[in-house]
Amino acid sequence: MAIAFSINGKSTSVDVAPETPLLWVIRDTLGLTGTKFGCGMAQCGACTVHVDGEAVRSCSFPVSAAADKKVTTIEGLSADGSHPLQQAWVEAQAPQCGYCQSGQIMQAAALLAKTPTPSEAEIEGAMAGNLCRCGTYNRIKAAIQLAAQKGA
Amino acid sequence: MTTSYSRRTFLKTSAAAGAGLTLAFHLTGCGRKGEQAAAMGEPFAPNAFVRIGTDGSVTVIAKHLEMGQGSYTGLATILAEELDADWSKVRVEGAPADASKYNNLQWGPQQGTGGSSAMANSFDQLRQAGATARALLIAAAAQQWKVEAATLSTEPGAVVDPASGKRASYGSLVELAATLPVPAEVPLKDPARFRLIGGKVARVDAPAKVTGKAQFTQDVQLPGMLVAVVARPPRFGATVKSFDATKAKAVAGVKDVVQIPTGVAVLAETTWAATQGRAALTVEWDTSKAMTEGTPELLARYREAAGKPGAVAKETGDVTAGLRKGTVVEAEFTFPYLAHAAMEPMNCVVQLSADKCEIWNGEQMQTGDQMAVAAATGLKPEQVVLNMLYAGGSFGRRANPHSDYVLEAVSIAKAINGRAPVKMVWTREDDTRAGYFRPMYVHRIKGSVAGGQAVAWHHRIVGQSIMKGTGWEPFMVKDGIDQTSVEGVANTPYAIPAFRAESTIMDVPVPVLWWRSVGHTHTAFAMEAFIDELATAAKRDPVEFRRELLANAPRHLAVLNLAAEKAGWGSPLPAGRARGIAVHESFSSVVAEVAEVSLEGGKPKVHKVTCAVDCGIAINPDVIAMQMESGIAYGLSAALYGEITLKEGAVVQGNFDTYRCLRMADMPAVEVHIVPSTSAPTGVGEPGLPPVAPAVANALFQLTGKRIRTLPMA
Repeated sequence: MAIAFSINGKSTSVDVAPETPLLWVIRDTLGLTGTKFGCGMAQCGACTVHVDGEAVRSCSFPVSAAADKKVTTIEGLSADGSHPLQQAWVEAQAPQCGYCQSGQIMQAAALLAKTPTPSEAEIEGAMAGNLCRCGTYNRIKAAIQLAAQKGA
Repeated sequence: MTTSYSRRTFLKTSAAAGAGLTLAFHLTGCGRKGEQAAAMGEPFAPNAFVRIGTDGSVTVIAKHLEMGQGSYTGLATILAEELDADWSKVRVEGAPADASKYNNLQWGPQQGTGGSSAMANSFDQLRQAGATARALLIAAAAQQWKVEAATLSTEPGAVVDPASGKRASYGSLVELAATLPVPAEVPLKDPARFRLIGGKVARVDAPAKVTGKAQFTQDVQLPGMLVAVVARPPRFGATVKSFDATKAKAVAGVKDVVQIPTGVAVLAETTWAATQGRAALTVEWDTSKAMTEGTPELLARYREAAGKPGAVAKETGDVTAGLRKGTVVEAEFTFPYLAHAAMEPMNCVVQLSADKCEIWNGEQMQTGDQMAVAAATGLKPEQVVLNMLYAGGSFGRRANPHSDYVLEAVSIAKAINGRAPVKMVWTREDDTRAGYFRPMYVHRIKGSVAGGQAVAWHHRIVGQSIMKGTGWEPFMVKDGIDQTSVEGVANTPYAIPAFRAESTIMDVPVPVLWWRSVGHTHTAFAMEAFIDELATAAKRDPVEFRRELLANAPRHLAVLNLAAEKAGWGSPLPAGRARGIAVHESFSSVVAEVAEVSLEGGKPKVHKVTCAVDCGIAINPDVIAMQMESGIAYGLSAALYGEITLKEGAVVQGNFDTYRCLRMADMPAVEVHIVPSTSAPTGVGEPGLPPVAPAVANALFQLTGKRIRTLPMA
């Protein structure tokens, strides 16, 4: 049965098993590869996307739960990397291998949407589910603070 | 590596490659890259490392993998510096597999990335490459303007004539420059005039990595491609007895189920279908030759071995006599197996045909993989085409002398006769359990102090050899000693009057591999924790005690003093906090770190790490800081939480819930201080790691009075 939702502002409909994780629909069916696979059980946050503005781990989120909702991936955060968080990420020189960064940015964007000027503890709390094996945490924190200062 | 070696190699390579490429371009198009260059209007390829287009764009060909350490940025910086390029027009492209042009000069004829060698082995080579291109552009302008080349100069992206005020962009000169002979020798810039090296240059890969556009192996999509996952034996040494694919094949999207040497592969149209297919698969394993030991059994065996003499890796003075003097301290340190756990689990894309095997991979060891794939497919090495993509971390995992996961992917493509391109993906559990771990080790040390001075040190190291059974064994295993097991101990800079290091290699069927900073992951801990124990026994300040023993090691002394000074060593701290220090050399760089710690709910909390590093000329100070931060995070993750254990030959851990890794709230503040240097650059990808664990352990001792001798700590 077809499942309809919006992806990055465009309506789409996919014909897959309803329990299929949203991650694999985004990557394999829709061909948007900015959202990454890291663990498959909501432990690392590399697959973080927004569903109706909430950050979710798409690897553990059945596509059926996204029906009729708005899904935003890193590709939809801005058309050209101009989102304040993306700019702050470059300014802070956060990425190293880069694999986790889409998920980190999407998690941070959901945080700032609700808490425009988060404290350090609030940042650590919100980002606790996003792993980075390169250890770019301090620069990610700095980037979030930079974007918050600029009113992201 | 010596400078003269790399310079000679460059001249030989560049003379051949430079002239060859320029010539070949006009005759045959010098292969695909040349054709692309022509199509893109880039007629000027004076050597294997740079192409310049008529639009002035500069493409630097990176021979090293970008797996996070900033190699693409650093390599481009070196070349652009000597070329005097306009940095905004510089882009980077990964090199193809061709060891005749792109070998790692520290590895002889092998192409690959590792050992923190990217900058160190490329520095002279890329300076020459950039300077050669610049000289040709100047020669072209001189010919055009009918003046002597020596009277001309450059500014970023252009040749200028100070006498006439004429200016010609590089793009306008490339067609003429491409027809001129490549000079055999070119002058290099005076380092005092460097404007990119040592300056603030942003990473070239950052924009693509904040927009999701960076291309990793996991992201490769080819027409008709199937995704493969593999059911592997639950215990090391087990094999497939039989399997029933009926239920797996009933899963929608599953296309094939095939047996391969390492297990049973399920091929499907999508990743989800492949993993569902594998879950439905029934495999009966032959465990008759499977490993039966677990971690406790291994530990008992290692301890027994540590009680016996090993092969002597280093001997100075009379250790037996020295250990009869003064106060004697004994300690045993144990280190677990560690998984690399890169964020991108291992994966590889293979397209196999009768006369070609094309691979897309975060390719870290081109020559080894090319030879292994050629042998596995019956193709010639040059018929194995390797596309080097960004790697989502590696920490050593993607450079494997056994080419394990690459060969596994190729075996799947072979099993279906190349009918479809195959993307083999490992799940997180596959990645954690498949092995190629940092080996488990036991160190036993006995030392003595008298009159406030170190007298003797007897050190035994027991563990598996990383190099045994690989093509590297002839170079790296000598007289029963794997150099990577004893590095950091056998070459200690501490001037201890009597010193003996012994090593015993254990045979265990667990696959092992280098892991960010290799032997130094455990040797630095044993050395730096035990030197601290001796300082305590000698009733001396840990920094002062080290200082005396490092009197003849000026680089160690400099970083030790710098880190101590910047961390305020000896100054008061709030109640419940303490500092610890460690200094260690790895990959020709020397790093000292001071950790400031407390206990929170009985668990160690690291607040701050002050780091001092001597890595020769600082090519990119911000990237160096990043790598110190990264090494500290990776080392701290292992020190606090990292542990792979075995039960009856099976790995206990699976995902990040059981193989715990450092998270944001655990990350200390990191302050990095770089020692100014005019020496050739050395590595930064690994050397930040080794000192952090012992610095933290030494700080915790100051708080608790208890020594930490087993990792992980938390």
